[in-house]
Amino acid sequence: MKEKPELEKEKKTKPRVKMREQDPLKRIRNFEEVPYGYTPDEAADEASRCLQCKRPTCRNGCPVEVDIPSFIKLIKEGKFIEAAWKVKEKNALPAVCGRICPQEIQCESLCILGKKGEPVAIGNLERFVADYEAEKGGIQIPEKPRPTGRKVAIVGSGPGGLTCAADLIRSGHQVTLFEALHKPGGVLIYGIPEFRLPKVIVEREVEYIKKLGVELVLDAIIGKLYTVDELLNDKGYDACFICIGAGLPIFLGIPGENLNGIYSANEFLTRANLMKAYLFPEYDTPIKRGERVAVFGGGNVAMDAARVALRLGAEKVYLIYRRSEAEMPARKAEIHHAHEEGVEFLLLTNPTRFIDDGKGNVCKVECVRMELGEPDESGRRRPSPIKGSEFQIGIDVAITALGTMANPLLTKTMPDLKLNKRGYIIAEEATGMTSKPGVFAGGDIVTGSATVISAMGAGRRAAKAVNEYLKWRY
Amino acid sequence: MYKVLVSEQLVPNIHLLKIEAPTIARKALVGQFVVVMVDEVGERIPLSLADWDAEEGTITLVVMQVGTSTRKLAALKADGCILSLAGPLGLPSHIERFGTVACIGGCYGIGAIMPLARSLKHLGNTVISIIEARSKNLLYWQDKLQQVSDELIFTTGDGSSGYKGWAYDPLKEMLEAGKKIDLVFAYGCTFMMRLISEATKSFGVKTRVALNPIMVDGTGMCGVCRVSVGGETKFACVDGPEFDGHEVDWELLATRRTTYLEEEIRSLQRFECQQWYFETSKAMEARVERKA
Repeated sequence: MKEKPELEKEKKTKPRVKMREQDPLKRIRNFEEVPYGYTPDEAADEASRCLQCKRPTCRNGCPVEVDIPSFIKLIKEGKFIEAAWKVKEKNALPAVCGRICPQEIQCESLCILGKKGEPVAIGNLERFVADYEAEKGGIQIPEKPRPTGRKVAIVGSGPGGLTCAADLIRSGHQVTLFEALHKPGGVLIYGIPEFRLPKVIVEREVEYIKKLGVELVLDAIIGKLYTVDELLNDKGYDACFICIGAGLPIFLGIPGENLNGIYSANEFLTRANLMKAYLFPEYDTPIKRGERVAVFGGGNVAMDAARVALRLGAEKVYLIYRRSEAEMPARKAEIHHAHEEGVEFLLLTNPTRFIDDGKGNVCKVECVRMELGEPDESGRRRPSPIKGSEFQIGIDVAITALGTMANPLLTKTMPDLKLNKRGYIIAEEATGMTSKPGVFAGGDIVTGSATVISAMGAGRRAAKAVNEYLKWRY
Repeated sequence: MYKVLVSEQLVPNIHLLKIEAPTIARKALVGQFVVVMVDEVGERIPLSLADWDAEEGTITLVVMQVGTSTRKLAALKADGCILSLAGPLGLPSHIERFGTVACIGGCYGIGAIMPLARSLKHLGNTVISIIEARSKNLLYWQDKLQQVSDELIFTTGDGSSGYKGWAYDPLKEMLEAGKKIDLVFAYGCTFMMRLISEATKSFGVKTRVALNPIMVDGTGMCGVCRVSVGGETKFACVDGPEFDGHEVDWELLATRRTTYLEEEIRSLQRFECQQWYFETSKAMEARVERKA
């Protein structure tokens, strides 16, 4: 927690270099990325704000332990490509993390500059170096390590699986990444919209991991095509990491929920992002372009769904949340962007039923006002309905973004794997070790709905543990 | 990429595809389906398995052409490729020695019912297969079904072959005549499965139907395939596709299947225009070349 006081005095007047963004009125009609990214000058300027603390604390806030001061120093010296390599020593997906990590509660929250002003924009700088490296074609493939002769199967090619794969291949193991869908990337591809994370970036990061030597198998639904036991016993894998995400969407459980026009956020976003339904009919997958859309929930996924609905041409998008804005789990930046783009927040409001138009389509939702009572087990104040405060809103599309439950598709084929009562895999937090020898797990299928970076952290910890396991076993 | 080995039209509008997919063929069980995406811009659609061969490493699909995706599939030639093929999905049918079982198939379901009848027969059941079509020239696989059934009845709407009427007519007659049928399976279009279920309900004969709602991923992730069975919402892709026909909310299923009717028509018109343009410009080019 020590810094150089004389330096701080000199720099504290310098404000953070803001990233330029697409104008809100313009961007709600396109799917292009919202922030433009730094220019080299802007990046060097922002990097020069870093105090290069002797004992940096920012590093402690990073789940994958990126050497933050060193890469920022390289930016300051104009060695952008070297800076990117520095980040990549620890983080296989810098362009992704630079865009979607909640830096404000991680590295940036610990930056010493944040005490008196704004912290160094570590996320923005990370994004810059990754994009710069890709643009200048300087992507470096590290030397291949000596093969260990061990094979590891990774189930799920989302952020956790990709991170674990990158770490394990660098240890010299043979790594196969199994993906159920036709494109790799998991939630980065099907969940997070183009305007927040352009898909070319995910493709680029996956390409990098393939270049490292990871074998990628698409359309491979583990539990159906192979069981984990078959992978371990017949296919010659020595260990397996399960990082399949949570999966099953939660619905509201209110009357009228199966009417046409009511989507789970998973379906809505998968159609829009993975299947590119916003380009229908050029792409074959359709999506309802609602004029008046209601989104239920207060997390990042709800913000994404609301903003996608706007871009599909909605005149009015309501975000309906049963608590107040302070309790919303979404990133502050996402809430801010949603406000800027004109999403109408109906807070302390809960839906009670959907009403149809007589033809099986949703045309109205009835809601009730809520008030906040005592805090519940999550520490957030528990909302309860106010009697007689029901009202109706006319809508033609509704999207429920209430989180997910554990998908039993894989776990039910593994009777010897211990699950908790909600169906999530029981795994040790520090290692990802499960009750089944040689099987590790991490990400949403262990923790329930969480963030990309926490899955990446789990992937990294599991990679370390798999290494230890293989050393111990052979 | 999955290679198409055989592509042939069985009857007008219904097409057979044999595809190289050794890992799926090895694991496939009766009553399961695959999710197919033809090309980069394609849609993901579920299709019942009509047959598979683990040794040969192939699966067979019977595809009815209704929209853009099925049109694209039918246009594939042998040696052509399918971008993505995921499976085997869904819970397999529960089969054992029931006694006398009626297997009823219509449109694409005539294909899907064949492996079911084969397995039932193999387990020692007496299998009565009933298939339906509008007219004689729309019936197919009679020979295959004959081999795996103790009795095969075909019905045609216009009476051009076999029984005049629909599959539920001979079924109802049999039940009314007091014939003991222990279980009925019905695979095919929603309307046919509904009529069969309604016909068997009053006789108290258990009826299993394979539901066919819209799907995207096929692994339970999106929830678009939700159906109501016995008043409970189920996901057809992971809880089904087979359910008790007497418990299904048929109205809801039929409505949900029409969610994208407008879009489907628009997409198909666009696809056909493109095909027409493609064919015409090829013909024009050929003419110009001939003149030169």
